[in-house]
Amino acid sequence: MTHLAIAANGLRKSYGDKTVLDGVDLTVPEGTIFSLLGPNGAGKTTAVKILSTLITADAGDIRVGGHDLATHAQAVRAAIGVTGQFSAVDGLITGEENMLLMADLHHLSRDEGRRVAAELLERFDLTEAARKPASTYSGGMKRRLDIAMTLVGDPRIIFLDEPTTGLDPRSRHNMWQIIRELVSDGVTVFLTTQYLEEADELADRIAVLNGGRIAAEGTAEELKRMIPGGHVRLRFTDPAAYRSAASALHESARDDEALALQIPSDGSQRALRTVLDRLDSAGIEADELTVHTPDLDDVFFALTGTATVPAQTDQPKETVR
Amino acid sequence: MSNLNLAVRDSSTMLRRNLLHARRYPSLTLNLLLTPVMLLLLFVYVFGDAMSAGIGGGDRSDYVAYIVPGLLLMTIGSTTIGTAVSVSNDMTEGVIARFRTMAIHRGSVLIGHVIGSVVQSIMSVVLVGAVGLAIGFRSADATALEWLAAFGLLVLFTVALTWIAVGMGLVSPNAEAASNNAMPLIFLPLISSTFVPVDSMPGWFQPVAEYQPFTPAVETLRGLLLGTGIGHNGWLALVWCLALTALGYFWSTSKFDSDPK
Repeated sequence: MTHLAIAANGLRKSYGDKTVLDGVDLTVPEGTIFSLLGPNGAGKTTAVKILSTLITADAGDIRVGGHDLATHAQAVRAAIGVTGQFSAVDGLITGEENMLLMADLHHLSRDEGRRVAAELLERFDLTEAARKPASTYSGGMKRRLDIAMTLVGDPRIIFLDEPTTGLDPRSRHNMWQIIRELVSDGVTVFLTTQYLEEADELADRIAVLNGGRIAAEGTAEELKRMIPGGHVRLRFTDPAAYRSAASALHESARDDEALALQIPSDGSQRALRTVLDRLDSAGIEADELTVHTPDLDDVFFALTGTATVPAQTDQPKETVR
Repeated sequence: MSNLNLAVRDSSTMLRRNLLHARRYPSLTLNLLLTPVMLLLLFVYVFGDAMSAGIGGGDRSDYVAYIVPGLLLMTIGSTTIGTAVSVSNDMTEGVIARFRTMAIHRGSVLIGHVIGSVVQSIMSVVLVGAVGLAIGFRSADATALEWLAAFGLLVLFTVALTWIAVGMGLVSPNAEAASNNAMPLIFLPLISSTFVPVDSMPGWFQPVAEYQPFTPAVETLRGLLLGTGIGHNGWLALVWCLALTALGYFWSTSKFDSDPK
């Protein structure tokens, strides 16, 4: 059996009469990336805050890095590194000073501290900006500095709370690369995100958190198998064409308002040709044809029951300072 | 590493951080320093004649001697407003959350703030004291021991007000609120015996003025430097310092140790 980096049982937290976490169980094996996925307000940040000793849970058995969180918080702290949702850098001092501050707090010797700081600044492409105040950094640079600071103590378990929220696409891909490299060194990563693409891209296992409960857990593939398969969607502008298509493709699901048909399909060439042939023989031309293969979005919406627009990966959900 | 070692090492790291902030952004401290210096010049050169008549004759130089001790204490009150503001600012920084998740000494963040602020306050006191000397303040007959005691009182008073200010900073959601909450620290010296003797105030108000933290400290400092009577004020000042330190310490640490919002 592999060792567990994080094991939480029956995690509960409420603020007043508002229940944020309502009996959450989590297990994360060492050396893997675990992603906690959920819409805004699902309780992701609260979960990270509890697991990283920042706030206390109302109930639940939690072990992080093999230590009991309730009784050995300092031992847990020695094993973890945390990069919160809002940048945890000291904006008033320079990037280099931030790094040296971390080195001092990890009780590294002066030389060791300088070496580690210089190495990490180099690795995260911050050497040039090292002598500028961190408050002048761009969003992407701040996140990189943030993670570099987290790595000073060589933590075995790293918590990343929405590490790419508010980053532009290039910075986001850089961040993904960084996260992959971390795991290749044997570090365990606990990642929260509201971006399905990100969880799909990075995580070994994904838990969908909704309304304070784990709605589903598994690999991306397992989660995708949990919901009905893909479909072909045909859209029409002419109501007459729409009606005759609907009768030609009687197994389709109708959306009368949008004049659209959904035909269950695996999206293969053969399946598509069948649909097209049947349309041709009925002499109907669709105005738009889209092939929809099941992705985590479907899982997400099926599980969280939200009908709202999916979180767009290029739109930050809130302003990041 | 033993707990004490850890406390000393982490606190000194935090102290370095705070001094770095202060050195990089000295404007807050300088602004707060301006108030006591302006008041000193205002009361001596603008109101000086009227004020010296008010303390029972004498001339302007007598009034300089009268108000400098109080203004030194007021300087402390004024610079500790800066402490409340910078603590409050600091708590909104994400880096504090990071500190809380690190295996460092729990109290080091606050201890770093307190020591950093005390150092800054004492430097401010020395500066205002130098202005006082420049405009003619002279000690009557203070011995080396009395100077030392005066300095000790200033340090104790600074530590006490700083811990209170740290608590005020911790309960304030932002810098503006911190600055407002810390107003008593600059207001109290105005209703102490800093500018006028307590017995010249309305009878109903005298007990308030006499027993609030500043007056006993002002009177003790006057006694040490100018040879006036200290009486029970020495003990009162000491009790106030210790009580405020203890109160501020427990208030601040319990506030800091509770779950952040």
